[in-house]
Amino acid sequence: MTKLLSLPLETVQDMYRRMVLIRRFEDQLYALFLQGVVPGTLHQYQGQEAVAVGVCTALRPDDVIFSTHRPVGHFLARGSTARGIAAEIMGKADGCAGGKGGQMHLTDVSIGAMPSNAVVGANIPIATGAALGFQLRGQDRVAVSFFGDGASNIGAFHEGVNLAAVKDAPVIFVCENNQYGASTAISSMMRIADIADRAAAYGITGCVVDGMDVIAVYQAALEAVEKARRGGGPTLLECKTYRYAGHSRGDPGGYRSREEVEHWRERDPIPQLRTLLINERGLSETELMAIENTCQLEVREAIEFALNSPEPAIEETYLNVYAEDK
Amino acid sequence: MSTREMTMVEALRDGLRVAMHSDPGVFLIGEDLGIPGGFGGGFTVTLGLAEEFGHARVMDTPVSEIAIIGAAVGAALVGMRPIAEMQYGDFVFCGMDQVVNQAAKMHYMSNGQVSVPMVLRLPVGASARGAQHSQSTEAWFMHTPGLKVVCPSNPYDAKGLLLAAIRDNNPVIFLEHKLLYGGKGGRKESASAARVVGVPDDDYEVPLGTVSVKREGSDLTILANMLMLHRAMEAAEVLARRGILAEVIDMRCLTPLDMQPLTASAQKTGRVLIVEEDNLTGGWGAEVAARLNEVAFFYLDAPVTRVAAPDTPTPSAPILEHEYVPSVERVIEAAVRIMAG
Repeated sequence: MTKLLSLPLETVQDMYRRMVLIRRFEDQLYALFLQGVVPGTLHQYQGQEAVAVGVCTALRPDDVIFSTHRPVGHFLARGSTARGIAAEIMGKADGCAGGKGGQMHLTDVSIGAMPSNAVVGANIPIATGAALGFQLRGQDRVAVSFFGDGASNIGAFHEGVNLAAVKDAPVIFVCENNQYGASTAISSMMRIADIADRAAAYGITGCVVDGMDVIAVYQAALEAVEKARRGGGPTLLECKTYRYAGHSRGDPGGYRSREEVEHWRERDPIPQLRTLLINERGLSETELMAIENTCQLEVREAIEFALNSPEPAIEETYLNVYAEDK
Repeated sequence: MSTREMTMVEALRDGLRVAMHSDPGVFLIGEDLGIPGGFGGGFTVTLGLAEEFGHARVMDTPVSEIAIIGAAVGAALVGMRPIAEMQYGDFVFCGMDQVVNQAAKMHYMSNGQVSVPMVLRLPVGASARGAQHSQSTEAWFMHTPGLKVVCPSNPYDAKGLLLAAIRDNNPVIFLEHKLLYGGKGGRKESASAARVVGVPDDDYEVPLGTVSVKREGSDLTILANMLMLHRAMEAAEVLARRGILAEVIDMRCLTPLDMQPLTASAQKTGRVLIVEEDNLTGGWGAEVAARLNEVAFFYLDAPVTRVAAPDTPTPSAPILEHEYVPSVERVIEAAVRIMAG
């Protein structure tokens, strides 16, 4: 794993905290799902935590992110509250979108998280547009588009990345290559090994990043972000990663071998950073457990909050179809 | 307020200019909008604007409808007021996800945390170009909650509605009929029905969600939009000479749909004829007919009747296209039939 370099301890500890928070939260959600408390579907993020946390650590509060149908990791990494997410997923009034979004449509503009998008690849041109907006206003903000390996085969990817390239839009395209689009191995759906190679076709920088190494993700993201802020245009970061869960609820993952899952689990990003914190920064077991306990507590509190949150008022069905007049 | 004679192209261009002067967040995005030596968008609406406002705000894009509409959505989400153009309205189907799943649903899905103040301009209508450059697409958008739909019939409304659309906080689908664009300062279609009218130089808005009574009458109500409004007005003139007094209402906004004037007119005349260039099945006329049936049934002396394009793609040969697009004669025939019924 990449060395911590000169990162402040506080930053690295917080990266660790957020990765643990995502993992514990997702695990707890799955348990609740099995109990029948979670309506609809679940797309879980366990295994990919280093990508969300590495990228979001490289951002400023005034930047914006555009997430996917698998948004929990991105939102927690960006600083959204677990309780708002939990309530949203359970369809409650206190959800971050009042229960109208659901698991795949989280929004929290207070932390720069735009509506997450459940149409594969659709946020790529949208993030580009946000970046063009920043550019037109003369701001040095950036937009991040998260998407999966499957999205790199959709037309919106081509159109959005190319438009961003020709306009030098300050956007970072973060491809989380978790190896599968639903049940389909990406290796069977493209003739190249690295999605990052596609960047060359648009004349932009593309790089492959170890998506199980949060520090490596952070460093690559920071470089891309700083380049975009300087007017250097977009970057395509391909983070090689893995989702431990199935694509969505009720997917046991029969299309992949136990050996493959184990191979990736051995490179789990959370223990990797934990070891690094002990070895390089001398954190004690007690200190790390304190962080982990904070996460556990936050998850428990969030779930309790969500379970106790009221259901949305019926009239909410009819509200917010149209924005108010100026 | 000083006025100038303007075609619809000029009025639209003037509206864009006024909006861009009044709000630095307004920008244009689309194909061939500001290329030096180019043609100022599909129908010259944006001609000269890049010289006036710069190429950043008159943003030329690759041939990428998904990206044009998607980028407009993204820019709107961060506080800009983009105006996106499809070179032909038919091409919107390339980017339909961005319209229907993205622009239309963001405000709702986010529980009002974000809004998408954008305008999508679509040149529509048959003009001897065949099936993929001719469709009238308003019903597709009228069926989508979260969108507003505007379809002006004259230069005055075009400018005022465009300004209102740009300043509205919702995604607005703005249809422009190719045969109404006019020639002065723009590209004139051979079959153009464009009128030049006095349009104020100043900033003014025509409120969205309104229809406009263009001719009062007591025997029959004719509802029509865009080019068909002009056919309806011609038909009403002929009908008047035959002693049939038609009230003609310009359906310049389809969403929100202002039913009150339509209901009042139907109750007054007892007979309603709908004229649309959209093909018959599932067109805006079907929705209006259904609603009138619900609110004015007992006032009606005849079934609400539609004159629309047939359920075929738009043919190209002039003689076939002439058969396809509702004519003044068909409007008159239908009106006479309703009056006899």
